[in-house]
Amino acid sequence: MNVLLDHLPQFREGFLGTLSITAASAALALVLGVVIAGFRVSPIPPLRAFGTAWVTLLRNTPLTLLFLISFFVIPQIFFPGTSPFVLAMMALGCYTSSFVCEAVRSGINTVPLGQAEAARSLGMTFFQTLRLIVLPQATRSVIPPMSSIFIALTKNSAIAGAFSNTELFNVSKLLSDKGFAIGWIFLWIALCYLVITFAISGLFRLLENRLEVAR
Amino acid sequence: MSSSVLYDAPGPKARVRNRVFSVVGGLAVLGLIVFAVVRLNAKGQFAPEMWDIFNYAGVRTSIRDGVVTTLKVFAVAAVLSLALGVLLAVGRLSDHKPVRWFATGFIELFRAVPLLITIYVLWVLFLTYRSDLGLSGDNTGFWALVIGLTVYNGSVQAEVLRAGINSVPRGQREAAYALGMRKTQVMMTVLVPQAVRAMLPTIISQLVVTLKDTSLGYVITYQELLFQLQQLAGNIVVNDENPYVPVIIVGGVIYIAMCLALSALATWIERRGRRAKTGIRVADAGQPLAAADALDVVDQSATSAPNASAGKTN
Repeated sequence: MNVLLDHLPQFREGFLGTLSITAASAALALVLGVVIAGFRVSPIPPLRAFGTAWVTLLRNTPLTLLFLISFFVIPQIFFPGTSPFVLAMMALGCYTSSFVCEAVRSGINTVPLGQAEAARSLGMTFFQTLRLIVLPQATRSVIPPMSSIFIALTKNSAIAGAFSNTELFNVSKLLSDKGFAIGWIFLWIALCYLVITFAISGLFRLLENRLEVAR
Repeated sequence: MSSSVLYDAPGPKARVRNRVFSVVGGLAVLGLIVFAVVRLNAKGQFAPEMWDIFNYAGVRTSIRDGVVTTLKVFAVAAVLSLALGVLLAVGRLSDHKPVRWFATGFIELFRAVPLLITIYVLWVLFLTYRSDLGLSGDNTGFWALVIGLTVYNGSVQAEVLRAGINSVPRGQREAAYALGMRKTQVMMTVLVPQAVRAMLPTIISQLVVTLKDTSLGYVITYQELLFQLQQLAGNIVVNDENPYVPVIIVGGVIYIAMCLALSALATWIERRGRRAKTGIRVADAGQPLAAADALDVVDQSATSAPNASAGKTN
């Protein structure tokens, strides 16, 4: 019970660590995911193939393997001296981007064909159609899956703790190594994660209500 | 692709433009690949000696052992998680409040906590009480991994099944009750089999997630495939370098092949399911279930039903 009170600073640091790694990789995943989804629906075969390969490869690779690549290969080969935070963000962001891409793509598929046909008959270009007509409507149907993707991302960020990032898993590991009762630590950590995931699903529910369009 | 929302069948001008973009895009993608290959080559990762390590019997044996251990964990965890999933799903739909509350609490708790933390906590517990539980050596890691995977994936499977049970037409239940069946009979002989059938693709997609998550054993130093790969790459030195790239490429291919085989099974079952005319819609294969709040996924696939499968052929 006293584990939390005695080690409040560590828990706070871990909580903030989890929040920041989640936020950073969510941003990366969102940008990458939307770009790759754009590739996958574009009329240009090489980009489509690239998008398909990206999604297939990343979705069928264990996240831990991606962490391994990011921590042992990237610094060795490409960018030596990158901080663990950035490396973890890259692994998490790339992994999650494949899920974001699929969600966006199936969101685009829910937009009725007539909308785009109307846009085209008004003489809009591909990018205008995408930006002004299709994406705003796709956004709404993308929100529920997006919320579960980000909740999963929060949980996946625990793996970053195993790769020398300070976050909640790392804190629980440190404290249990010091010999504190693992049961209590587990309960507190679970509570922390519940707070974050409830916040995310609440936020997305709010967004969903705001952006609702009748169709 | 002519039925895409985004563009018409291209005319002459668009075709020229697309061809230009194709060349530019192709060159950009090619450039990325070439850059990576050149960098890897500069670091000597494509030297023949690096790849020669796979000719040694020891290396092959440890990779094989890794695959076997991974599959063993997966097999046990898959069976147990499906059993737990059925139990929890039935528990959540129970008429008895305490049972319902217990099942709901269990599902919510273990779905909210990262699997890694569950596994780690179980591992520490098992290590601490090793002698009382009769576990030894490698066993602690095995059971921590299997039970962790079981409680997490069981909770997710329970939600999938619950959605499936709720999607069985009401008439089925009413007819069964009208025949004088008891509640347990209705559940076990009428509702659960139909729910499993409708949800089979989603259930298998979740099994792919289970397979991928066996790699979390790496963190608790259990000797599954990923751990073996890391040990291999860390212990062998070729030309003053650790052969991380060849080992990871080989390991990645093994993982991807295993997962794709399972996903292919899900897609095949989905296509078969669509052929039969039972009135129960078979869920889409390959929903992003790692992500998943299972219910959201099912809702989403229900709303986007006509289009969801269209984009999947790509």
